[in-house]
Amino acid sequence: MSATVVTVTSGKGGVGKTTTTANLAVALAAGGQKVVCIDGDIGLRNLDVILGLENRIVYDLVDVVEGRCRLKQAMIRDKRLQELYLIPAAQTRDKNAVSPSDMVRLTDDLREEFDWVLIDSPAGIERGFRNSVAPADTVLVVTNPEVSAVRDADRIIGLIESEEKGPARLILNRVNYEMVKRGDMLTSDDVLELLAVELIGIVPEDDHVIMSSNRGQPVALDPKTRAGTAFQNIARRLRGEDVPFMNLEVKEDIFQKLSRLIRPGGN
Amino acid sequence: MADWLAWLASKKTNKSASAAKDRLKLVLINDRTDLTPAELESMKNELLQVISRYIEIDSNAVRIDMTQEGRQQRLLADIPIRAASRKAR
Ligand SMILES: Nc1ncnc2c1ncn2[C@@H]1O[C@H](COP(=O)(O)OP(=O)(O)O)[C@@H](O)[C@H]1O
Ligand SMILES: [Mg+2]
Repeated sequence: MSATVVTVTSGKGGVGKTTTTANLAVALAAGGQKVVCIDGDIGLRNLDVILGLENRIVYDLVDVVEGRCRLKQAMIRDKRLQELYLIPAAQTRDKNAVSPSDMVRLTDDLREEFDWVLIDSPAGIERGFRNSVAPADTVLVVTNPEVSAVRDADRIIGLIESEEKGPARLILNRVNYEMVKRGDMLTSDDVLELLAVELIGIVPEDDHVIMSSNRGQPVALDPKTRAGTAFQNIARRLRGEDVPFMNLEVKEDIFQKLSRLIRPGGN
Repeated sequence: MADWLAWLASKKTNKSASAAKDRLKLVLINDRTDLTPAELESMKNELLQVISRYIEIDSNAVRIDMTQEGRQQRLLADIPIRAASRKAR
């Protein structure tokens, strides 16, 4: 077995990296894949609560790196999905406790036993971004359809290119279709035109995301929700499946559509 | 009929999403080139000054634009040249 290492990052904070990492992990594991996720956000650990595994932490990433425990001892096994593991971040430790080469060594050990290693990265300009990106085979950039998030995404996509980890793939999170229909939110086409990267997923704004993180049950466990389906689709695209974007991901309104039909090439 | 629909579609351009897109286009150019709008403007002006030293150009019809090709920025200049009047020396 040789895992693919996927790093989930962003330019701006709070756009949905941890949510995405947890849900992709759950979706891949539910599809029978062997998955380990690493919380790379040292000092601001969160992946544990989103996955609902916070009560079972004994050792963390820094304990492994500094040799206080074996790698296996720091891996928490999920009870819902047998092939899902978490390596939590240290909460109190200095961010400099881990280096990019530590992360490469650690993931190399994990590669042999897993199909996927997912890394939840801190936002782009923080220390810890380089740790998270160093071992990546592929980098997913999460953004929201807002000016500040798109701008910061552009910078981070450039940084990923210059670290030779590109091309990054984009997840557009928290799309509010009502606002898009009104013309008050950037469409996925707008964002793609601006950023010129490959899109791997569009996730709608969905109350179920917060409700499921309240319970520590990632929304992808419930594919009846729109966000859950969106994350399941991203997991399938990661596995190389050609999954069409969901119907609700269509952004054109009736007037645009009609005027395009009448005047082809227009608009 | 088509005009009426075009009008309806164009009403969208007053919406905040188009403002966001237009503003982002410019911001990303500035970020990617590390040039402020003022620097970009003075670069264009200096460029035209240098060119005009050698050839006569139609300064009203000049177009110098930053364009995007994939993630690559490109400076495109379209500078119409006035027919040489073979000034007597
Ligand atoms: N698609 C979504 N719909 C609704 N809320 C969301 C969505 N994605 C993320 N959120 C919420 O946004 C907040 C930030 O998400 P988080 O994953 O912690 O971001 P990051 O890890 O990038 O800082 C959380 O409260 C989360 O529940
Ligand atoms: Mg986070």
